[in-house]
Amino acid sequence: MSAALEVTNLTTDIQLSRSVVHPVGNVDVKIDPGQTLGLVGESGSGKSMLGLSILGLLPNGGHIVEGSIKVEDRELVGMAEPALRRIRGDAVSMIFQDSQSSLNPTKTVGEQVAEPVRLHRGASRKEATDRALEVLELVGMPQPKERLGTYPHQLSGGLRQRVMIAIALACEPRVLIADEPTTALDVTIQAQILALLDDLRDRLGMATLLITHDMGVVAGRTNRINVMYAGRVVETAPTDRLFSAMRHPYTQGLLGAIPRLESDNRRALTSIPGIPPDLTNPPPGCRFAPRCPFVTEKCIEHEPPLSGSDSIHRFACWHPVDGPIKRTPQIASVDSSVPKRSNGDAAHLLEVKDVFREYPITAGVLQRKVNSVKAVSGVTLHVDAGETLGLVGESGCGKTTLGKLIVGIEKPDSGQITLDGREVFKLRGRTLRKARRDVQMMFQDPYASLDPRMRVQASLREPLVIQGIGSRKEQDERVRRMLSEVGLPANAVERYPHEFSGGQRQRIALARALMLEPKVIVADEPVSALDVSIRSQVLNLMKRLQAEFNMASVVISHDLAVVKYLSDRIGVMYLGRLVELGSGDDIYRRAAHPYTDALIKTIPVPDPVVERSKDDAGIRGELPSPINPPSGCRFRTRCPRAQQKCADEVPELRRFGPGHRAACHFPLQTPILGVDADASPDVAVA
Amino acid sequence: MTDPIRPVVEGVPGAGGGGMAVRLPLESTPPEGGDVQVIASGWRLALREFLANRLAVVGLAVLVFFVVFCFLGPVVYHTNQSLTNPLITDLPPGGSHVLGTDDNGFDELGRIMAGGQTALEIGFFASFIATVIGTLWGAIAGLAGGIVDGILMRIVDILLSIPYLLIVLVLATKYSATVFDESMIIGLFAWLVPARLVRGEVLTLRERDFVSAARVMGSGRSRLVLRHLIPNALSVVIVNVTFQIADAILILAYLGFLGFGLQYPAASWGDMLGSAQQYVSSGYWWLVYPVGGCLVAVVLACNLVGDALRDAFDVRLRKR
Repeated sequence: MSAALEVTNLTTDIQLSRSVVHPVGNVDVKIDPGQTLGLVGESGSGKSMLGLSILGLLPNGGHIVEGSIKVEDRELVGMAEPALRRIRGDAVSMIFQDSQSSLNPTKTVGEQVAEPVRLHRGASRKEATDRALEVLELVGMPQPKERLGTYPHQLSGGLRQRVMIAIALACEPRVLIADEPTTALDVTIQAQILALLDDLRDRLGMATLLITHDMGVVAGRTNRINVMYAGRVVETAPTDRLFSAMRHPYTQGLLGAIPRLESDNRRALTSIPGIPPDLTNPPPGCRFAPRCPFVTEKCIEHEPPLSGSDSIHRFACWHPVDGPIKRTPQIASVDSSVPKRSNGDAAHLLEVKDVFREYPITAGVLQRKVNSVKAVSGVTLHVDAGETLGLVGESGCGKTTLGKLIVGIEKPDSGQITLDGREVFKLRGRTLRKARRDVQMMFQDPYASLDPRMRVQASLREPLVIQGIGSRKEQDERVRRMLSEVGLPANAVERYPHEFSGGQRQRIALARALMLEPKVIVADEPVSALDVSIRSQVLNLMKRLQAEFNMASVVISHDLAVVKYLSDRIGVMYLGRLVELGSGDDIYRRAAHPYTDALIKTIPVPDPVVERSKDDAGIRGELPSPINPPSGCRFRTRCPRAQQKCADEVPELRRFGPGHRAACHFPLQTPILGVDADASPDVAVA
Repeated sequence: MTDPIRPVVEGVPGAGGGGMAVRLPLESTPPEGGDVQVIASGWRLALREFLANRLAVVGLAVLVFFVVFCFLGPVVYHTNQSLTNPLITDLPPGGSHVLGTDDNGFDELGRIMAGGQTALEIGFFASFIATVIGTLWGAIAGLAGGIVDGILMRIVDILLSIPYLLIVLVLATKYSATVFDESMIIGLFAWLVPARLVRGEVLTLRERDFVSAARVMGSGRSRLVLRHLIPNALSVVIVNVTFQIADAILILAYLGFLGFGLQYPAASWGDMLGSAQQYVSSGYWWLVYPVGGCLVAVVLACNLVGDALRDAFDVRLRKR
């Protein structure tokens, strides 16, 4: 049987005005019908360009230099555009990452799904619409008949992605290219979409190329994985073998760099130092050599070929490693003793009491308030000095709003936020500005959080200038010290933000937040915009500095593993409410709330054995709108244990152990009696 | 594996020990965060993009030519532009008068130079006034938001709905028409467009994280406006300046044409065109076409430069 897709020795160039980028070099890919190949790599590794090359959709200036692309023995390289157009969306189709921008907002879902059928099958409008209905049913769209007439903006992200898949499948393609199909989605929805793709592949027998940066996504869903680095395939192996016995140091580092839920958060993550090479002028030898711990002269001079002892597992390395890293060093300064204890209410550094924040929705000429988005509803929590609290939840759960409330960018509608017993953000004018130095924030997007027109020197000095701390010379001195603290060269002060990579910018942002030596630092998704190898660098750095500066922090992320790695305690949020609060182990091993439990189950784990053993797709359904949240327990609409009581009564936070609380009527653990948990002193967790 | 985590204590060599002690070890080993690549600055990229646009370079050359021609020209080409001479009226081009003379006996080429001086002076000065007022107004409105924004922008809307050429005409007759006065009058009406542009830009900028970051540090409003919002909105402003110059020169021409221009003996291209219109049919072409051509050339050059600047600053349009 011939392969559904066979790419041999493909090399692609992109001509820029002054240079040539080589995003894909000598890549081989082969997928049999009914198989899924995972293509894993960081941003800029050329994985998306490979996908686009297959479809002949390279950006301006892009062209295939050499190689061949065969779909069921038809050669696509050199094929004329009209012929290629007949293949696109028919024999080969693609699912893009961003369903928001990939769907036409002015056309109904039905028309868009029917379009490829009309184009490729010459079907009448009626036949095409029937087919569209069929495909929408196939992709598990609820009430498909009603959805035919809706527009993309009326659907949620998960449903839009289903529409994208329906469009791709409308003509029963032989090859499906899924480019980061779930990256823009929440974990619970991601699990649903991945399960759907799996199921469809089995039923339709197409070959799937799954392009992603996430090792967890490919672990349970692929037969084989190609790892790409800087335009080259550096390792290719059957999935199990790649995870258990990888040979390339890059693969090894990449896997070690991912924080895991089950791992001990006192150990540092493996990190790959440095940043990927510039593909306009790649290094002559092994492209990974500058970042490789095993580098020798030979690596720098000669590029290793993709070879191996057997034909199924091949790798491009002169000094292959043998399987995953065994142990990583312990972070020197992290206190390995018992977690910090809370000693009564009085000593809490930061206290959030019953805080509400709603954004009004107005309508009509008079801007009457008709409803509101309930972003944060009655959250109570506290952070002690030197402690890290993690906040985790899906998008729209109110975690970012809560973070903004804590730093005072937003003001609560009701409730109190106190720092050292003082309601800081009720202050006004100069006193407020002075008080702000105690709470600083690190933002999600490293590209937006630094002023593009300010040199690093000015950006880092700014907090000191505003707060009037030190003479100019002292300020400069502190800037230099902080830069070396976050691992940046001293010459960075002269540079503008756009000259840094994402990870470096996040280091600068962290340095800026630390300049004032705040008591509390709020980090909103500090690593979600970064690549895996860079992510672990920043996480390790944050962990080290947390301990070194002994400040309290609030880490906000959608990624439970990131939060667990950085935090002493974790708060889980759902639709504006705090549903569970406890230590990392409480949350991971003794989750009391069904939502927490489902969240843990749906997170893709970079381990094929664990991933395959998952039997269900976790939480069903979509996140309800925060404008009209469900009555009673807000999770009840998606909860497998929901009963009448959940709709009638809002569950209170109940105690399940020392420092472990959850708000659920029918929890997975037995609560400890006595609701008034605050009075009893918390005991250290063994 | 090498240990990627630097031991904490050794990670900060000589933490309190002054600059030199910190530097040396950092330069010898690559820092943990990787080296910094030197990339051309945003301004330099914009300059490169600008220079790649041929029309823009032509436009810029035309502008430079006119500045030299109008301001240095009279130094080498001496003419009498203050005393009328009835003996040499309406001479055709040739002899000592390269472009002939007008009905007052002024040398036409010298008059174009003098008119060009006032046109360029008023163009630059008026656009400067308009830009300063407009930028501050827009930035304050955009940052303040709410009622302040509402009031400030409604004022702009009201002023925009008044046929301002009428007001300018009335003002021009009331006040003595010197270069300074005309610039003020034109500038005081032309700031409305940059005010709207800057407000729009600030509205998007103020939601950016770096502005929030400055707020969290305790930055006051004036610092936000002056250090963060205006520098980042500058590209929009610079593009607008070129169009403002072109507009001011045109308005000055209208005023002059209608007879409300600068007072005698000051020359302006509009005045020259206005007084020459009666001669078009009489075959005195040298009184109309050269000055008209100069006006078109300067305005067109400003617009070309403006278009190219917009393309150069707009990252989305930039070819890499």
